Amino acid sequence: MEKLLDIQHLKVDFTMKDGDLTAIKDVSLHINIGETVCIVGESGSGKSVTSKAIMRLIDYENGKISAGSIVLDGMDLAQLSQKKLRSICGKKVAMIFQEPMAAFDPVFTIGSQIIETILENKQFTKLQAKERALYLLNRVGISDPALRLNQYPNELSGGMLQRAMIAMALACGPDLLIADEPTTALDVTIQAQILKLLQEIKEEFGMSILLITHDMGVAAQMADRIIVMYAGRIVEYATVSQMFELPHHPYTRGLLQSITTIDSDRSKKLYSINGSIPGLADLPPGCQFHPRCPFATERCSMELPPLREVNDRYTACWYAEDLVESFDWKQPSGETKNDRHSIKEIVLSDSKRGSEPLFTIQQLSKFYPIGKKSPFSRNSSYLRAVENVTFTIEKGETFGLVGESGSGKSTLGRVLLQLEKPTSGKVFFQGQDLSKLDAKELREKRRNMQMIYQDPYGSVNPRWKVGDIIGEPLQVHDSLSAKDKHDRVQDLLEVVGLNKSSFNLYPHEFSGGQRQRIAIARAIALNPQFILADEAVSALDVSVQAQIVNLLQDLQRERDLTYLFIAHGLNIVRHVSDRIGVMYLGQMVEMAPSETLFLHPAHHYTKGLIDSIPIADPARTRERISLKGEIPSPANPPAGCRFHTRCPAATARCREEQPIFREIHTGHWVACHDPL
Amino acid sequence: MTLVNKVLLKISTAFVSIIGSSILVFSIIYLLPGDPVLSMIDPSVATPEMVANLRKELGLNQPFYIQFSEYFMNVLQGDFGQSVVNSEPVLPKIVEHFPATLALTITSAVLSVVIGVTFGVLSAIYRNKWIDIIARIIGLFGISMPTFWSGILLILIFSVYLNWLPSIGSDGWKTLVLPSLSLGLVGAGFIIRMVRNSMLDVINEQFIVTLRAKGLSERVVMYRHALRNALIPAITIIGLNIGELLAGTVVIETVFSRQGIGRIVADAIMAKDLPVIQGVVFFSAIVYVVINLLVDLSYSFIDPRVRRAH
Repeated sequence: MEKLLDIQHLKVDFTMKDGDLTAIKDVSLHINIGETVCIVGESGSGKSVTSKAIMRLIDYENGKISAGSIVLDGMDLAQLSQKKLRSICGKKVAMIFQEPMAAFDPVFTIGSQIIETILENKQFTKLQAKERALYLLNRVGISDPALRLNQYPNELSGGMLQRAMIAMALACGPDLLIADEPTTALDVTIQAQILKLLQEIKEEFGMSILLITHDMGVAAQMADRIIVMYAGRIVEYATVSQMFELPHHPYTRGLLQSITTIDSDRSKKLYSINGSIPGLADLPPGCQFHPRCPFATERCSMELPPLREVNDRYTACWYAEDLVESFDWKQPSGETKNDRHSIKEIVLSDSKRGSEPLFTIQQLSKFYPIGKKSPFSRNSSYLRAVENVTFTIEKGETFGLVGESGSGKSTLGRVLLQLEKPTSGKVFFQGQDLSKLDAKELREKRRNMQMIYQDPYGSVNPRWKVGDIIGEPLQVHDSLSAKDKHDRVQDLLEVVGLNKSSFNLYPHEFSGGQRQRIAIARAIALNPQFILADEAVSALDVSVQAQIVNLLQDLQRERDLTYLFIAHGLNIVRHVSDRIGVMYLGQMVEMAPSETLFLHPAHHYTKGLIDSIPIADPARTRERISLKGEIPSPANPPAGCRFHTRCPAATARCREEQPIFREIHTGHWVACHDPL
Repeated sequence: MTLVNKVLLKISTAFVSIIGSSILVFSIIYLLPGDPVLSMIDPSVATPEMVANLRKELGLNQPFYIQFSEYFMNVLQGDFGQSVVNSEPVLPKIVEHFPATLALTITSAVLSVVIGVTFGVLSAIYRNKWIDIIARIIGLFGISMPTFWSGILLILIFSVYLNWLPSIGSDGWKTLVLPSLSLGLVGAGFIIRMVRNSMLDVINEQFIVTLRAKGLSERVVMYRHALRNALIPAITIIGLNIGELLAGTVVIETVFSRQGIGRIVADAIMAKDLPVIQGVVFFSAIVYVVINLLVDLSYSFIDPRVRRAH
């Protein structure tokens, strides 16, 4: 096969105030014509820097290529002037990014931005360029392309914008498309659509794709070859089937085992890699993975293993040959087996638990008024964020809530905690109607209801010391003395797996996962009965995600906690939840025990969601019936069954009559006329 | 909300602001210490009857709300009262002198925008290069130099030493140069800082990376895309700045002996000529509200998110 791009020994440095910082080192890889290569790795692994280095976008971020070459078509891009590089960027190599909302200039129309790109290729007239823009928008599956051409980025949904972004990348017919986490910010259903589109256009335009992702499932589905990066270096480089069949590097193995899959054993603890990714400024000596590696020896801490060929692939581990031969390589380490036993017991004790509702939610609705901002506009309308939702959360259980963005799951959570007042309906907590409480009583109740948020960076005050952050609820509710508070906080730090000496540090001195531990310590400080975890692990890296999920489950067991676990990562929700509710456009459309829901989904929407999950196993390709279209606006939901516009089994009845939320088996509720 | 509704809403709130400012202006004058009647006649010759008569004649013996509503009704009919010093009606006096002030305000506004935006943009693009340092020095001077001092300095250099431009007067473009420069520098200082910051913010946005990845030239990326985004927050400052300029004319017109309304109000303050002060302040408030209304509406044309937000 012919090489399209050949990167050799690439080293990228960033100029900082106190000297240079090496972001990637000795990175060599190539992409053949018509091939998809995936770079996987967690944050800080250098995968994005590698992708940005190809078009030298790092030049604008104080970065520089200090060694190595990037050869495309016989030209070394590392040596070209920015001026000459312009004849490559956007023409031979195009790029799409993670946040489609942020990737378009907000003050120009979609059309003008695509046309601007096409016109860079000099042989088009303005009229031809417009025609081509229309053709491209149509090709990437955007409905009503003539209208979209004149719309601004804020008028399109995330999925639409990513399609438009792809259209713009195709503008000059590139040979190589670099896609930097193109689906990370999108819902799983839209992700499936975009990945399918990428595969189609790759064939059609005869391109190669360099796909950057942290999601092994996406890599398994898309890649021909996979490159695993860790702390700025390539640690393993193999074909997709080799990689998933028998990973050779302990890090790759750890990554693959950290993934929660759709059929993993729920009673088992999640496998997690110890520790966290080192910062670029303080890399360990020797093999950079050795502090986290269960197999590390003294040699690993002294000498850096080179990337070398082992069994027809490349890996950077001294002991790769021996390790893959060892008996427990494909099994998680012994420690986890013990855990498995203890958790089995919990499952047993779970079933003994009397079903005593902690939260009872009755016909709860939350509408936001829209459109009536001016006394001159006549009609007012509502955004129906949550409508007529009824369910209970049992004491001691984990109730999972899933659905695409815009389905109302976060709003539902906030209304439960009375952070927002419901428009109608009732919320009972321990048998008490929360809406009847006055401010003082509600505050007293709040000690029993805490929350963990998605963004570990935004949810703690950066100017406060960790000890004060965790101690604040204690001060507010218990007015402890300074010494008692200090002791309690130190206990809490230990419980969540942080060092006691963290007390006097500030949040920025911690990694994302550690900050989430701080947020958890704050949430459990008052010994609450209920914790709302709203996308609490979504922003974390795979290996860290598993650690936090395990911590949450341990805490639940020790402290008899009840969780409402909101997430868009379906596999994680399946793993942690006893029961799951599926929301669509503000309504609950299905509710069932976790296993039942995934094995026998009754609602077509649930089935569509499950089918959209990428499977982290290239050998298993299933016939996908991924959902068509996007979630409609909650300001103007479809009549009848709200899902009928996207449902493969919709009938005339669905268009007119709203299905009732009914129990089809014990504990399995669904709102569908013709359940599966 | 449709665009028409939005414009209607903006105009009606502007009208409310004008009524509000008229109440404010009137109250301030009303609450000022000192008896206006006593300041109008020589207390050594005035008998209590004379004082009472004059008070009655001026309507100053009425309660506050009647005084105000009378004043407001008169204003609506174009009658801003008359000067107590020479009995000239106030409005014609304002109308006569306003063009000179308007000319000064407009030229200094244009100067501050041109200097401010140009240097702001250049200093962001060439961050930490020599042009950035020059722009920041101009910004620092503009913000920290009082206009009466910079005005005198300009007179000293360009009129006294170089003898290029006249130091006083209000006829012809030549008399406009130094006062507008002196006044415009203040606004330029603020605008340089504002534009520089918002440009730097925009340059760090993700879409700038996209534009570069498309292979557009730096010139297009900066001047076509980044600048337009950066101007959105800058326009607010520019609008407020024009109000500042209007206020600044009081000092500048005195320094350069220009016959504008700033000068009138300065003279009226010296003479305790309340109706004139009231008239000019109220008139300026209207101008200020109208300018900010225009700035508000101009957003819609620059930022499509505002234009099409529902």
